Amino acid sequence: MTGWVGLGALLFSTVLLIAIARLRRPSAARFRPISGLTSLYRAFGHSVEGGTRLIIALGGPSLLSRSAGPALAGLRLLKEIAQRGTGSDLPPLAVSGEPSLALLSQDTLHAGYRAIGAPEFFQPVTGRVAGLTPFSSSAATMPMISDEQASVAALIGHFGVESALLAEAAERSNVVLIGATDDPAAQAVLYATSTDPLVGEELFAAPAYFAGGAMPLASLTVQDVLRWIIIAVVLLGAALKLLQII
Amino acid sequence: MYIVALIFAAIGGLLVLAGYFFAPLGELQRLILDWAIIVAGAAMLVGIFNLVLVHATRIQSRAKGSSYSMILLLALFSTFVFGIMLGPDNPGIRRLVNTVVVPAESSLMALLAVSLLYGSVRLLQRRLNLMSGVFLATAALMLIASATLPFGEIGVMSTFVRPWLQHVLALGGARGLLIGVALGTLLTGIRVLIGADRPYQGG
Repeated sequence: MTGWVGLGALLFSTVLLIAIARLRRPSAARFRPISGLTSLYRAFGHSVEGGTRLIIALGGPSLLSRSAGPALAGLRLLKEIAQRGTGSDLPPLAVSGEPSLALLSQDTLHAGYRAIGAPEFFQPVTGRVAGLTPFSSSAATMPMISDEQASVAALIGHFGVESALLAEAAERSNVVLIGATDDPAAQAVLYATSTDPLVGEELFAAPAYFAGGAMPLASLTVQDVLRWIIIAVVLLGAALKLLQII
Repeated sequence: MYIVALIFAAIGGLLVLAGYFFAPLGELQRLILDWAIIVAGAAMLVGIFNLVLVHATRIQSRAKGSSYSMILLLALFSTFVFGIMLGPDNPGIRRLVNTVVVPAESSLMALLAVSLLYGSVRLLQRRLNLMSGVFLATAALMLIASATLPFGEIGVMSTFVRPWLQHVLALGGARGLLIGVALGTLLTGIRVLIGADRPYQGG
């Protein structure tokens, strides 16, 4: 029974996503302000103008694990950043804690250079594997934050509580740190330690806020529709339970 | 080539997904996942090569902290060579892991307590608003309710405040966050499956 409900939800979401992306004009979209994304957008602009570097850390989940979603959202954001930031004196640096994610980040950065017609300027070392465990990856990323002339660091992906070490390194180097993760414990840590946190699903909104486009905007709308359906089901279930009907 | 990658990703993803809902496809799902694990293993080697390249570049350019890069490469190569020669189950290799790698990571974990305390102290300086106040007040209440005080426990704190915060507010909030993350993950996955997002080949 649960399987069929899941399949139904999946098909419903897919059909709704495609329909909204085709029917709705992207220009009609209105966003609620998210301070973390506003800060990231502003800090990224300053880094390009000031010739400093943006570091984007994608965390370390395997793409075969259930935590791959935030990493894929981070890659989507990296794509937007790569296309706009490769013309900077110091191009963006993508750091991963998992090799396949690092390969994808290199591919994404390379595409950014291709988009501005200068693929020969791409350096493979701008898409790096920092370490293969969460703590070793954090330990290796800390000196990058201080030594790579960075002015902004974005943690977008799956991070645990070790993200506090990165936040402290950013604080010491006066680097703006925007933190987003799918782990509730790490979200609490990043709320206390980052310059501006992204809470919960806000990390999935980053591509739409940065670049717009029919599909990312439709994706946000479908998330809202599904959220209202879940709220209705939860309230209905609670009411039925209260009335001892179920 | 681009279309081939797209077709591979879409068909592979859809077959694995279908395996969750239709039992006859379970065997095919496991086969595709096994292939993916082999490819991920090969990617691990490429990742290690990338790590070597990054640190070799740092040593060559005499970047700040390049001596640490040298130590890392020496440790990497020696562990790799001894690991191949002796095997991962060798007591010497196990001792190396238990006396170097595990304590180093544990010490980083210990540093977390200091980092978190420092971060909490700086929170109001960084963001002076209502939610920061609520965050700190909740953290303080939880600590007081969990601590053993010289005069014993404060009854209402340990019997009412802490369970209520933990099981009602925190659990409810965490579930809300996880539902939001799950919805975001679902839509990200669908976009990749239908080819709207292509994390491969820079799409």
